[in-house]
Amino acid sequence: MTTRRSALSRQPMAIIAVCMLGVLVLLAVFAPVVWGDKAVAADPDSIALPLSAEHLLGTDKLGRDILLRTLVATRLSLVMAIAATLIGACIGLLLGAMPAVFGARAQRWFASVVSTWLAFPVLLVAMLTVVLLGPGATTAVVALALTMTPSFARLAQTLSSRVGGSEFLAAARMLGVSRRRQFTRYVLPNIAEPVIVNVTTSIGGGLLALSSLSFLGVGVQPPDFDWGRLLSEGFGEVYNSPVAAIGPGVTVVFAGLAFSMLGESLAAHLRNREHGKALSPRRLGPAPVAERPAETPSATATDCAETIVPLLEVDGLSVSFPGPDGWIRPVQDVSFRIAPGEIVGVVGESGSGKSVTMMSVAQLAPAGAAVTARRLRFDGEDLTGLTPAAAGKVLGTRVGVVFQDSLTALNPALRVGTQLAEIPRVHGAVGRRQAHEMAVRALDDVQIPDAAHRAQQFPHEFSGGMRQRALIAMSQIGSPSLIIADEPTTALDVTVQRRVLALLRRECAESGAAAIVVSHDVAVLAELCQRVLVMYAGRVVEDVDIALLATPERLAHPYTRALTASLPDLDTDRTTPLVTIPGEPPDLSRPITGCAFAARCAFATELCRTETPVPVPHRHGGRVACWHPQDAIAPDTTPGREEVGA
Amino acid sequence: MTPSTSVSGSRRGGYRWLGFLLRRTGRMLVAMWVIITVAFLVLRMAGGDPVRSALGATADESVVQARREMLGLNDPLIVQYFDYLAGLFRGDLGVSIITGRSVTELVSHRLPATLELAGIAFLVVLLVAVPVGLGIAIITQGNGRRGVETVFTGVTAFIAAIPEYLLGVVLVIVFAITLHAFPVAGRTGPASYLLPVIALSVSAAASISRIARIEALQTLKDDYVRTARSKRLPAWMVYFRHALPNMLTATLTIGGTLLGAMIAGSVLVEQVFNWPGLGMAFVGAITTKDYGIVQGLALVYAAIILVVNLLVDLVLSLLDRRTSLLETS
Amino acid sequence: MAELVIDDLVVTFGHRQRAFNAVDGVSLTVPHGTIVGLVGESGSGKSTVARTVAGLQRATSGRITLDGDDLLHTRGVDRRHRAQGVQMIFQDPYSSLNPRMTVGETIEEALTTHRDLNAKQRAASVRELLELVRLKPAVAGQYPSQISGGMRQRVAIARCLAVRPRLIVADEITSALDASVQGAVLNLIRDLQRELELSMIFITHNLAAVRYIADTTAVMSRGRVVEYGDAEEIVANPRHPYTQALVSAIPRIENAGTDHLLRLADEDGLR
Repeated sequence: MTTRRSALSRQPMAIIAVCMLGVLVLLAVFAPVVWGDKAVAADPDSIALPLSAEHLLGTDKLGRDILLRTLVATRLSLVMAIAATLIGACIGLLLGAMPAVFGARAQRWFASVVSTWLAFPVLLVAMLTVVLLGPGATTAVVALALTMTPSFARLAQTLSSRVGGSEFLAAARMLGVSRRRQFTRYVLPNIAEPVIVNVTTSIGGGLLALSSLSFLGVGVQPPDFDWGRLLSEGFGEVYNSPVAAIGPGVTVVFAGLAFSMLGESLAAHLRNREHGKALSPRRLGPAPVAERPAETPSATATDCAETIVPLLEVDGLSVSFPGPDGWIRPVQDVSFRIAPGEIVGVVGESGSGKSVTMMSVAQLAPAGAAVTARRLRFDGEDLTGLTPAAAGKVLGTRVGVVFQDSLTALNPALRVGTQLAEIPRVHGAVGRRQAHEMAVRALDDVQIPDAAHRAQQFPHEFSGGMRQRALIAMSQIGSPSLIIADEPTTALDVTVQRRVLALLRRECAESGAAAIVVSHDVAVLAELCQRVLVMYAGRVVEDVDIALLATPERLAHPYTRALTASLPDLDTDRTTPLVTIPGEPPDLSRPITGCAFAARCAFATELCRTETPVPVPHRHGGRVACWHPQDAIAPDTTPGREEVGA
Repeated sequence: MTPSTSVSGSRRGGYRWLGFLLRRTGRMLVAMWVIITVAFLVLRMAGGDPVRSALGATADESVVQARREMLGLNDPLIVQYFDYLAGLFRGDLGVSIITGRSVTELVSHRLPATLELAGIAFLVVLLVAVPVGLGIAIITQGNGRRGVETVFTGVTAFIAAIPEYLLGVVLVIVFAITLHAFPVAGRTGPASYLLPVIALSVSAAASISRIARIEALQTLKDDYVRTARSKRLPAWMVYFRHALPNMLTATLTIGGTLLGAMIAGSVLVEQVFNWPGLGMAFVGAITTKDYGIVQGLALVYAAIILVVNLLVDLVLSLLDRRTSLLETS
Repeated sequence: MAELVIDDLVVTFGHRQRAFNAVDGVSLTVPHGTIVGLVGESGSGKSTVARTVAGLQRATSGRITLDGDDLLHTRGVDRRHRAQGVQMIFQDPYSSLNPRMTVGETIEEALTTHRDLNAKQRAASVRELLELVRLKPAVAGQYPSQISGGMRQRVAIARCLAVRPRLIVADEITSALDASVQGAVLNLIRDLQRELELSMIFITHNLAAVRYIADTTAVMSRGRVVEYGDAEEIVANPRHPYTQALVSAIPRIENAGTDHLLRLADEDGLR
């Protein structure tokens, strides 16, 4: 609670809003007591005076000071708005959130009631209430509450349907938790915050609505007065004394603004508490860059045969995001090379930085990411230091990307064919019809039946496997020399996965394109790739020929070994427990000293905990970043790694 | 859900859309009927004799009785209700209790002024708010340019807190009374549209541009925008072709009701600018307790708002053909 | 622990022309103290079977009994009694725990709904259950958002055990977890099953996991059980063509570097 308050008080907008509300509350409490009598007493000596030092906003037709009347009206205006909003919110909350614990049928029934109620025009509800109950303050409050109820109900409904369909509520039901307790312990706490935010902003809106009713003459009736009433009276005299209308108007805006600002900062506060408010890059200072002593030989030197010019060369790539306490570094000092036509896998757990690395290489890092590299070359062209947009232009269609979730990766509003055809349209400068034909051919190439017809459809009309194939077709249509595939089969069933993998493999074999395939599943990469990069906590820990995965004893890094051993396959011994890796991956928002895997590693020594190993060439033909590689026949006692390498 | 739905062609999609259109229209008609009935009952239940209170306490009893007879108010309630419904089908919105003149005639005189005002303001809101929201979102994505973000949220929060009628009053004072730059009131020519349209659209535009920015930020983070970037399309294509339609759907979903609220705002703005539309007549009828006119105009307003909501939904369903929208609605 | 009998279960979704049977005549027996694996691809109906057994989904026809007690027609049956019959562990530990309750409160909720315990006994039981799922007692004071996915799944298991159900339905409980955590959860389930002699339906799309953990396995496709038998045997010698396709589609590390996929591409008729 204390942290919550202190975080909120750091927002300047919240402070201003609270101060403004403080002024309003003071006025509401004391103004009627202090100036109440004066504000209503007619003074025949000072009728309709213009503004003066004595009457800052002038006086009205009965000689009453408009400024005092405005201040005194604060109480009635605020009380009415708050009362109406709270009534609306409470009824709305019950109508909207209660059905969540009574099952789907009750939810549907209440939803239709609420949507019919919502269809009632606000104005009409207000006017009919006035006609039915006669104008007056109570009527205005009832009318406003009636118009607010359905929107609160809708909000509560939307929020609670999420809770209603949640597995934790299902679990509670299964445990036999009573409905009342389901509502108070499960539904309400999980929807309360957005509702509170909404109530706060709605009070501001309610103030404006009430003042409009009074302005129209159907709200508060004389001798009572609120801001809307005063405004309306002032507007009648607008030619004589414009300030008479301005004064109450300013207070209406002031109060409306105070509530909406408070709501806004509450909402911002909740967002930040959930995701952590990232500091602005300016406050964070420059993004961290991978450092390495200049004399260290480039780790990428022996990646691929030296006679071949690499298609892609990445050296010292780091990616940082602004976080709540400083830079978060999901990728640190990653180096690798890809030869033309080579298929390389990247494996790692969630948070290992594998996807971020490859998206950064493709110049598709999310906005706000700081990407730095000592060296980034593609097909002989230097991309180091270019902006993502400029580098993207250089890459053009030579890099094709296949994304993970095929449903969200395709634009729901555009036909599949159009989404493919726009690539040749833009890059190949071909005509509309020709581009469309190319799109159909590309879909046909990935075994989509009746491609001409399918090209006219929207992504939601495709099955998951077909969408993934369409994405592969999309990555192919520009004839790329490098395909970057980010978890291309994660959401698919095994039988569909096998077809997609076979397709990807065939595309590479036919076009001679190189590929980088990111996956959390070692077995998938084993079938598809020639080489695999193993990533852990933002670094490449091992870079090894894929054939070695089948013989784990030849793998060097303890993490790679554990990863290949930890998953049950169809030959796992059922009588012994599975091999597991103890502990959890490290928190990347804190700086890690030494090897990130040390805490979970059985072979870790003091050296591992203090010095970060970098990937160096290893006797198995690849690279490994470990002080104690495990493939040696004799225990590795030599910390000096240079002589161990090739 | 089943494989068979994905095999269906776009023709099947078309049928589904037609079904959606019919369902929506049907629902609108039901809502209209509920409103007609409620309005009828409320006005009949309103305290006292409407004719007496409309004609005033001094009116002669025989006059009141004659007017009641003419209006059919002496019939049983159920007969009155069906007479009223039958009248509506013939386009008869009833008559003024006070003058006995046809409400339909009144509407045909005054509706164009209101529709012009609201329609222009409508367009202004969409044409200003959506591009502004998208533009600011593009500038401020990824936590960049905090300053722009702060200024934008501050300014729009301020503008959104100004009610239409108050802005109208200020505009009248500044431009019409002080500067004599524009006509003060009435519908007298192109120049006379400017101030009312501004008064009606500015606050809504501020609110919708805020919604639009938040939705655009969300959209820019969506995977398909990244897919579009991966195709190295020009920036304008990424933003306008890939982001805009999706962001518009989300914006209209949330902001659609605000457009309906603008109709209500027009009542107030008409009052301020003495605009010869329905709103003036409506407020006048309420203050003079002419329930005949109130009832007729209330229905016209309800119909306008329901039609606007229906159109928003239809536009949404055309922009976003995903099954989810068509299915859940 | 009890014996579960599912007899000719049918679950229909949608109505009229759009109706289809998600579960289409499934019969299955879970003997005392055994784990029956239910394996299949998405849309095979395996999760619908799980939800129906757990009482979260209405059956269209058929019978489900637990030691002779009817599980489908529980109207009038005491809520608590029903809860002690079947409990379910869900796929996603991120959504199966109430974010507004601490781990301790979550487990206590399960304890107190079924037994009257004083504060001391409750605390002791919570500690015991946490130890059972290999968690430190200090976790009790934390909220789900403060602990990792693997730990959350352990909490969900502890909550389920707190009720002492006669049957546990585990629905894809490892598929939302990272590779290195999955193994640990599978080990835990196996150990607990042996320690407590649990009866369990273990639902997954992962044939290797089901082979490792289950005693017998039923393979589902399009709402029907297409093959049923010993968990090891079904993978080693699949008889039904669908099971064969499923087994052969599993990517294997042994295929590393063999260009096995290109051969498959040729078989598929890809040019």
